[in-house]
Amino acid sequence: MTSTTEQTGRSGINIARLLMSFGPLMFLAVLIVIFTVLKPSFIDPINLFNILRQISITGLIALGMTFVILTAGIDLSVGSLLAFCGMVAAVVAKGGTANTLSLSTTGTQGYGWFAALLAAVIVGALAGGVQGFAITRLKVPPFVVTLGGLTVFRGLTLTISNGGPISGFDASMRWFGTGLIGPVPVPAIIFAAAAILCHIVLRYTRYGRAVYAVGGNAEAARLSGLRVDRILISVYVIVGFFAGLAAFVLSARLNSSEAVAGIGYELTVISAVVIGGTSLFGGIGSVGGTVVGAALIGVLQNGLQFNNVSSYTQSIVIGLILILAVAFDRWLKSRVRR
Amino acid sequence: MAEAASPNLALLSVEGVTKHFSGVTALSDVSLEVRPGEILGLLGENGAGKSTLLKILSGVMPPSSGRIVFDGVDYAPSSPQDAKRHGIVTIYQELSLIPTLTVAENIFIGRAPLGPLGLVSWRKMEDASRAIIARVGLDIDPATPVSSLSVAEQQLVEIARALSLKSRLIIMDEPTSALTETEVQKLMSIMDRLRRDGVAIMFVTHRLEEASAICDRMTVLRDGRLAGHLDRDGQPIQIPKIIEKMVGRAASELYARPTQRDVAGAVRLSVRGLQTVRDPLAPHAIVLEGVDLDLKAGEILGVAGLVGSGRTELARAIFGADRIAAGTISLDGKPIAPASPADAIKLGIGLVPEDRKHQAIFAALGILNNFSIASLGRYSNGAGFMAERREREALAGYRKALSIRMASPEQAIEGLSGGNQQKVILARWLARDPKVLIVDEPTRGVDVGAKAEVHQILVQLAARGIAIMMISSELPEVLAVSDRIVTMRRGRITGEMPGIEATEEKLMELMALDRKQDRTQ
Repeated sequence: MTSTTEQTGRSGINIARLLMSFGPLMFLAVLIVIFTVLKPSFIDPINLFNILRQISITGLIALGMTFVILTAGIDLSVGSLLAFCGMVAAVVAKGGTANTLSLSTTGTQGYGWFAALLAAVIVGALAGGVQGFAITRLKVPPFVVTLGGLTVFRGLTLTISNGGPISGFDASMRWFGTGLIGPVPVPAIIFAAAAILCHIVLRYTRYGRAVYAVGGNAEAARLSGLRVDRILISVYVIVGFFAGLAAFVLSARLNSSEAVAGIGYELTVISAVVIGGTSLFGGIGSVGGTVVGAALIGVLQNGLQFNNVSSYTQSIVIGLILILAVAFDRWLKSRVRR
Repeated sequence: MAEAASPNLALLSVEGVTKHFSGVTALSDVSLEVRPGEILGLLGENGAGKSTLLKILSGVMPPSSGRIVFDGVDYAPSSPQDAKRHGIVTIYQELSLIPTLTVAENIFIGRAPLGPLGLVSWRKMEDASRAIIARVGLDIDPATPVSSLSVAEQQLVEIARALSLKSRLIIMDEPTSALTETEVQKLMSIMDRLRRDGVAIMFVTHRLEEASAICDRMTVLRDGRLAGHLDRDGQPIQIPKIIEKMVGRAASELYARPTQRDVAGAVRLSVRGLQTVRDPLAPHAIVLEGVDLDLKAGEILGVAGLVGSGRTELARAIFGADRIAAGTISLDGKPIAPASPADAIKLGIGLVPEDRKHQAIFAALGILNNFSIASLGRYSNGAGFMAERREREALAGYRKALSIRMASPEQAIEGLSGGNQQKVILARWLARDPKVLIVDEPTRGVDVGAKAEVHQILVQLAARGIAIMMISSELPEVLAVSDRIVTMRRGRITGEMPGIEATEEKLMELMALDRKQDRTQ
């Protein structure tokens, strides 16, 4: 008598799981076909690499955000943190806050790109750690802590830079934003490498198992001996690290760190993760999904632009797709529950 | 016996009600009646079908067959709201008040009296509330937020709300389990007053003494069937009579008594004077008030106690899940002080928690991940990568040893039956090779066949030298597998006996009756 209920339960869940992993990918394929039919030049490698370059900044942060959302958390501060880390990178790269957008590309008074990169990711990780500490030890919900972080980091950025940009980096640093390896933009390679690394961590390590478990059921995770607080803090460190890395790449690409960089990025990043099938309730999701989600947003923006759809309309379309994705997620969740 | 009562006297009559759940019969051909102005006790052990019957009466779910008549007409509520409209209100153990609203707002929720402008008239609402709460003997300002009331006061507010809805039948599900002795006395006097006002009350309880003191009649359920009716007949219904009805089952058919094993193992776990911290935010929560306990290697110690006796709190305290205020715990003679479950697990203690769904299962994950979550270190290499082959082999081993019926290691654990889920959780702990395994209600939500399997597994584990502490509110289960049994009540151990000497009657007396010193405090 139990075998029949097991059977139906199993097949129902498997269909839901299948949709969960391949739904966004199928949607991406359909979009690419549609845009190609509308304008065949859409499928040109040049345009595709262009899309990759466009999505790599928010994509990098989205990788970190996947860890956070898998634990049923959220980080709203990433856009501001990106600006802050970018400014830190600029100060280190140039050895000061002076705005010297000169033609000389050999400014040598700074500490070089490596120190800039290191400073950006360390500051990002530390900032994430502080937020994680507030979430776990002070028991303030992630939404509130990172909402506070959103204003704090923006304020810090404006304080350092006095409101203006810091521009003009040497060529070795700019290569990380504008360079090519073969035909492939360097930011896209960084994004791909980071995505593979995150996938391996989540899928094949005990840390990855713990992240899913904490997100799936924090109480059960605690009673199974996991150090839930440490894992929660770690995911905010990870997303902060990626905000720092993305900040470095963005500054390198623009040859400038802007005080107003990254405004609204949190929304694009969270959208990418959620559209990619990671559940806001935690415990379900994957890096592959996030990459697809980021690509989906990139393709949508690029394709709409290609067809001269105004950026206003683009916002509407992306917003609607986000809502549909979450509605779909809830529906799947209710099916899995049953 | 009260079966002969003429049907037109009854306010509520349940006639031959049966309920099936996916192949399991939870309630079979149960009949009872409640008359106006009487208190009917509904008694039975856990799993006897009381909560199923309550859910049917309160409109949570319909019966599979049978007929219910309320006030002379067929009664088939479509929802709890519908049941309330008919005049049947159920007050659950978990109260349904909204803590942030005031007493008056809670009583009039959804039907606030309006003033001339169509706005809420706070004065009318509070005046009306004052009158109603006076009926239940509450002397508080109706503008008090519910969160600042004690559990007992909140319960009275719920009863007041039921009265204001003009309820004619109030069903109370274990209303006294979280109350102090004086609060219980007060509740009983209010129940008595309501009875004289003509309100009918169905009193669902485990506390035999309370039931005996106040009930006019009792209906006893056993294994989903009617075990019989008892009548007051001038003097209180005698407790031994109730126990006889509750217990008189063919227990031997379901739970084969194992031959008593001779456990001569060394003391593994020793607990002395254990007290837990009273949470200022939950002043009425159960705390341990000094527990002494020894658990030997290779022994199954049954811990019997009602809800609220402190049995789960004892498990959690040993496991490092709750904070300890005083007392010592030692493992193999060495004092230990686990500050978290992670610490306790490292020391070799495992816990299969009471509430599988919320405390043990990762619903979103597959069986493999659920299995290995407590031993990730064991199934990974030094660099932190999972050694999935070893992990799968281990699961395959337990799948065979515990006969876990599953399709694949990737299958969602929620797709398994309760019994198979529980076996996966047991495998989770066996993978750690624990010294002490605490199982809290190991067969809750597990069907009858699988129950026996789980019991067998526990006996085998004990034979391998694991010290097992089994908490259960199902006495036949405690009797079937325990080498030794302790009973708990109100955060204290109230008795101990070898499994072979124990009977349900003896245990129930120790679990359910107040000792003299409890009564007089």
